[in-house]
Amino acid sequence: MASDTSTNVTTPTADAPNLLDAFPDKRQALEEYLDSLPLARAAGRKKGFLIQSLHRAQAIFGYLPEEVQVLVAKKLELHLSEVYGVISFYSFFTDKPVGKHKINVCTGTACFVRGADIILQEFARQLKISEGETSEDGMFSLGGLRCVGACSLAPVVMVNEDVEGNVEPPMVKKIIRRCMQEGE
Amino acid sequence: MTVAKPIITNSAQLTEFTAQTRTRMSDVTKINILVSMGTCGIAAGTTPVLKALEESLAAQNLTGVKITRVGCMGLCHSEPTIEVVDTASGKSVIYGNVKASHAEAIVAAGVHPAEGLKVIERGWYYPEDEENTQDAPQARIVLRNSGRINPEDIQEYIAQSGYQALCKVLLEMSPKQVVAEITDSGLRGRGGGGFPTGRKWSFANAQKPKEKYVICNADEGDPGAFMDRAILEGDPHAVLEAMAIAGFAIGAKNGIVYIRAEYPLAIERLQIAIHQAREMGFLGKNIFGSGFDFDIDLKFGAGAFVCGEETALIASIEGKRGEPTYKPPFPAIAGLWGKPTIVNNVETFANVCAIIRNGAGWFKRIGTTGSPGTKVFALAGKINQVGLIEVPMGTSLREIIYGIGKGIRNGKQFKAVQTGGPSGGCIKRDQLDTTIDYDTLVLLGSMMGSGGMIIMDEDDCMVSVARFFLEFTLDESCGKCTPCRIGNKRLHEMLTKITQGKADMQTLQKLRDLSASIKDTALCGLGQSSPNPVRSTMNQFEDEYLAHILEGKCPAGVCADLVTYSINENCTGCAVCKKRCPVDCIRGEKKSVHVIDAEACIKCGMCLSSCKFNAIDRK
Repeated sequence: MASDTSTNVTTPTADAPNLLDAFPDKRQALEEYLDSLPLARAAGRKKGFLIQSLHRAQAIFGYLPEEVQVLVAKKLELHLSEVYGVISFYSFFTDKPVGKHKINVCTGTACFVRGADIILQEFARQLKISEGETSEDGMFSLGGLRCVGACSLAPVVMVNEDVEGNVEPPMVKKIIRRCMQEGE
Repeated sequence: MTVAKPIITNSAQLTEFTAQTRTRMSDVTKINILVSMGTCGIAAGTTPVLKALEESLAAQNLTGVKITRVGCMGLCHSEPTIEVVDTASGKSVIYGNVKASHAEAIVAAGVHPAEGLKVIERGWYYPEDEENTQDAPQARIVLRNSGRINPEDIQEYIAQSGYQALCKVLLEMSPKQVVAEITDSGLRGRGGGGFPTGRKWSFANAQKPKEKYVICNADEGDPGAFMDRAILEGDPHAVLEAMAIAGFAIGAKNGIVYIRAEYPLAIERLQIAIHQAREMGFLGKNIFGSGFDFDIDLKFGAGAFVCGEETALIASIEGKRGEPTYKPPFPAIAGLWGKPTIVNNVETFANVCAIIRNGAGWFKRIGTTGSPGTKVFALAGKINQVGLIEVPMGTSLREIIYGIGKGIRNGKQFKAVQTGGPSGGCIKRDQLDTTIDYDTLVLLGSMMGSGGMIIMDEDDCMVSVARFFLEFTLDESCGKCTPCRIGNKRLHEMLTKITQGKADMQTLQKLRDLSASIKDTALCGLGQSSPNPVRSTMNQFEDEYLAHILEGKCPAGVCADLVTYSINENCTGCAVCKKRCPVDCIRGEKKSVHVIDAEACIKCGMCLSSCKFNAIDRK
């Protein structure tokens, strides 16, 4: 959500372990990436590397908690507020952990006229979470997705990396069950 | 096929290399089996088909037969699609809905249609390569190579006269001549606005600073539009070559493709294409020995529709929140890092090489006087043949919907076609004979937009459609200016009230007034055009708005608060609806009339669509 500024930064607490400490290999991967950027040649334009760095960081950690933001800010010599400002602006970035299975219903127009809103409601009802939320057990995240361009298969649901086409309400239960079986 | 890197420093060498490449290919390949491997095709199951074809080919031990992975053929309605081409005669047969089990028959049949398979008639011609002898409704300039060549192999692009336009420009023309040629062609921006491309280039050309930028806008965000994705997946080099030409025309050394992160396949193919172009010396230093340097980088979007607006896009490349800025200054004067910058859409670039190769006069012969050339549309919604089409400007909507799209699904009545996405509007039945170009669509209260074309039928509620687009705008508004941030919120609230039957006639007037204010006062194109779906549906379908307000009814039966489902005495008690109901709110004994629990019903309409006995009433 581009205009959403209400999201709070997750502050690391005793029960939420610092990801950088918990996964030194991931930390190293991110640091190596940031160090490989030609920052020295980009005087005054280091910020131009911010979005690609956040893409990389999110690919490594799955989401962007504060400690990761701090690391990126330090390496690119930016204020934490600038980094967070970008994260909260772009819908691709998230500072909250996402579920093991990511269910994203396409919200493009072609899917809308073929009933995507009903599919989204049905997932929300069955998973007992709203759009943009993750289930308590961390198994499922539910979201809307901008057009994936598979309009001929509308309505379309992205289940993790796979496109599920021509989805009807009765298929929702099956999709959820299949994910749960895969998760075991 | 690996070939040593040629050193091409003049046009004669390139021509010779092109001829060699063509000969080498046609010597080896007698029959070319093209397998559509765009995102859509892969999602529909092309991968197992490809594997089966490769196995069949090996098992039948045929020589001279090659399998080529190509981009989108535009036949989304029949994916997976395969075209078998006889390379000597050019004769071909296209199969649709191919399964892995068909592979053996396809390989064995060659160009004679294999029996029992769905054969699709080619509905297009290639203005650059052939006459339109069969009166095909589609003309493919932009999609010329998409679905015909392997986008991951630069040699195939070269065999289609690739990089000859760049060579001609660098060695035979001056930057001013290039700008003049594009201006003369009448090419207009395909991203939606329709601004003359040549004029944009001429502004940037006239600027003094040495550092300038060429940006390709591939942040295709319109919901229901996938033209740019298909072009980049099917023919990435055409865009790269055009960017280099633009760089020469305005005096820029740097190009950037700003692409959505949601398009992983397009990104991968672009990366491969850039790498190969560098290896061949078509990007980099001293291209064709002309002394001209040009290179291209990729920058990824991160899910913000407003970044399709050029100033917001530039802010995003600079690593900022994608908020638009006031114009002037226009990017052509002060753009990326404050330097002169041109931002053109993918499809706009994809026209450039053909114009340079064939001349502005050739281009102007296609399309209309005010809008020369073609336009690619993503045809989707309630239409029989969903697909990616490219038609000459001036084609009628009727031809597109009933000719190419083969009419409305399930025998329903056509209601409207929506063009221009969240910035556009709806066009009604009695306007179907309108011929489309930039100017006629604006006259109808819509706009060309980037090319999404969504067909709606009698079951679509136009108030809900307007509300859907407002919801999108609300979600995507960057929040910088008040009219867009707050005005659209209020519009959305009013529309919601109407869909709930809680509005009065004053609401309608307020909707009109506020829409007009937002249009006049919002900062950027996104905000200014955001009330368009509301204005257009109010003008074209006022009766539907009135039915919601005055009668408390949704004529299309979409607005959940205004409809109820019930079962009438036609019910045979077959229990199909009971089984399909997602909330288990239908009760009844087998073979007796069933009942819907109105409290629990979520009004999804599943029962209605599954009943074979006309026993479900929607009121």
